Amino acid sequence: MANIELRGLVKSYGKTTAVHGIDLDIADGEFVVLVGPSGCGKSTTLRMIAGLEDITAGTLKIGGEVVNEREPKQRNIAMVFQNYAIYPHLSVAQNIGFGLYTAKLSKAEKDQRILATAKILGMEDLLKRRPSELSGGQRQRVAIGRAMVRDPVAFLFDEPLSNLDAQLRAQMRIEIKRLHQRLGTTIVYVTHDQIEAMTMADKIVVMRDGRILQVGTPTELYESPVDVFTARFIGSPSMNLVPGKAAGDTLTATGATIAGLDSASASGDVLIGVRPHDLVVGEAGASGLSLSGAVTAVEPLGSETLVHLDIAGTEVIATAPGKLVPKVGSTITAAALPGSLYLFDATTEQSLGRR
Amino acid sequence: MTAIAPDAGQPLKFGRIRPGQILIWTVLLLGGLLMITPILYMFSTSLKTASQVYDLRLIPAAPSFDNYVKVLSDGNFMRWFLNSSFIAITVTLSNLFFDSMVGYTLAKFEFRGRYFIFLAILSTLMIPTEMLVIPWYLMSAQLHWLDSYWGIMFPGMMTAFGTFLMKQFFETVPDDFLEAARIDGLNEFQIWWKVAMPLVAPALSALAIFTFLGNWTAFFWPLIVTTSRELYTLPVGLSSFSDAQDTRWEMIMTGAALATIPTLIVFLVLQRFIVRGVMLAGLKG
Repeated sequence: MANIELRGLVKSYGKTTAVHGIDLDIADGEFVVLVGPSGCGKSTTLRMIAGLEDITAGTLKIGGEVVNEREPKQRNIAMVFQNYAIYPHLSVAQNIGFGLYTAKLSKAEKDQRILATAKILGMEDLLKRRPSELSGGQRQRVAIGRAMVRDPVAFLFDEPLSNLDAQLRAQMRIEIKRLHQRLGTTIVYVTHDQIEAMTMADKIVVMRDGRILQVGTPTELYESPVDVFTARFIGSPSMNLVPGKAAGDTLTATGATIAGLDSASASGDVLIGVRPHDLVVGEAGASGLSLSGAVTAVEPLGSETLVHLDIAGTEVIATAPGKLVPKVGSTITAAALPGSLYLFDATTEQSLGRR
Repeated sequence: MTAIAPDAGQPLKFGRIRPGQILIWTVLLLGGLLMITPILYMFSTSLKTASQVYDLRLIPAAPSFDNYVKVLSDGNFMRWFLNSSFIAITVTLSNLFFDSMVGYTLAKFEFRGRYFIFLAILSTLMIPTEMLVIPWYLMSAQLHWLDSYWGIMFPGMMTAFGTFLMKQFFETVPDDFLEAARIDGLNEFQIWWKVAMPLVAPALSALAIFTFLGNWTAFFWPLIVTTSRELYTLPVGLSSFSDAQDTRWEMIMTGAALATIPTLIVFLVLQRFIVRGVMLAGLKG
């Protein structure tokens, strides 16, 4: 096991820079998720850690040693790829054992480690099968097995669940998390799915355009996003944003009533953010935010209903208790309590704190 | 009765055959007959005596295996057969090794001049063999390769077609497979040999068939480069059954019939791998 340290890491392809000098500390045994939209540089960062991409500038340390110039095999890390990268011409046992190809172990020792790994993953009965005879989830387990069998200092996962259906993805999320709890090995995990990031990570790294926007625990990111991008990226459904104005002690927004809240240090154009789960259909309270608008769509989810409202041309999502399903076209009111609003500068999109 | 729509997905039944289907089958049948007739005549003539050769009946009046006994008991034929086997097998193995290695390099490695090298290799495909024979001959003469096995084999040890074919196939191998092996600690040669090669088995089978058949039936260059009778390949040797005075068709056809046996074996053996390879290639990630 080892800690991983990124200092001013840069990756350029000719004149195009994919990663702009990022700094990140990953503690020994930590589960860190790099999350962001396509092209944000998260996979490139992971590939630099793996040694599959040359580092243009900066320093990468694994276990306290600079590994910039080391080959992937010299870094003692293992990687699980999006399409599993398990070899169709080899059996499950041979695929898992491929991770030991260069290990100086006897055949008996290799077989023992393959079997031990297969047992952890519940695959001991499938060892003789070919990948074509396995389900998507089983193939993913083989890929994880091949990574595990070497006992690496860190696991790198590159969007490993993207090819699975929603149900299997949820199951594999839990399995990978349990595996981490059991092995305690450092994991760096790349995904574009914020639910994966929130449910699995000890620490989330939000990236955009080759830069790190925010690093924190899932709760920190959810509760205190530093900007509009992170606020909208973390949490599902995305945070609602209503354009507003801050002047003196007052906060106003088109189509909304705000009572008992001051703008504090903010002034000028702002964006008022409220998460759909904090914006509840019902009567407005004495203080906080209240919105009234026409229902444009409803999404009953059983335990609750997501209600889409048109507020002066801005679409806003509110929640209603499960059995309450408002009619499309009807006008309703939704309200959020003080303390659940987020204020952002409309120009810089940086956070101005919560209200 | 309604005609079956092309996408109906139902098996065709008697009484529902479309006119288009009949036309296709007729064309295929004629094509098949056109291809198989010379082969049938080859076997038929090999069972005839010299006097019956110009009797065009497909089934000989008095079929006899005497020609086979004569050809096989002639020491030269077996020698030519072995020469052709050695040359075709060596050149095939050489092509499988070098064409795939160069194809892999061009498909999977970024380096300066890669595109230029690929174009240069491709451009040699445009030059007909007849034009290359003179430089090959001059080169062989200068290097003392005339009338030797090496002289027969060297022009075909690596081919532009094979390199192109393998490059195209290697491009379909996902980079993740190679990178996973790189992380697992394999060196570049091991990655090519242990990971990439098995994944392009269908292409290797196809290349092996083409190369073996091409070299087994090669006539022009072996005829030019060899002078010793014991170095003749089978096609060159068979042509010696024909001279200015006489052409012994029954002997040529018997030799040709025997010569088809290895090609049939190669095709039947490798065809299995092609089918298996296609199944492997169809496995989704």
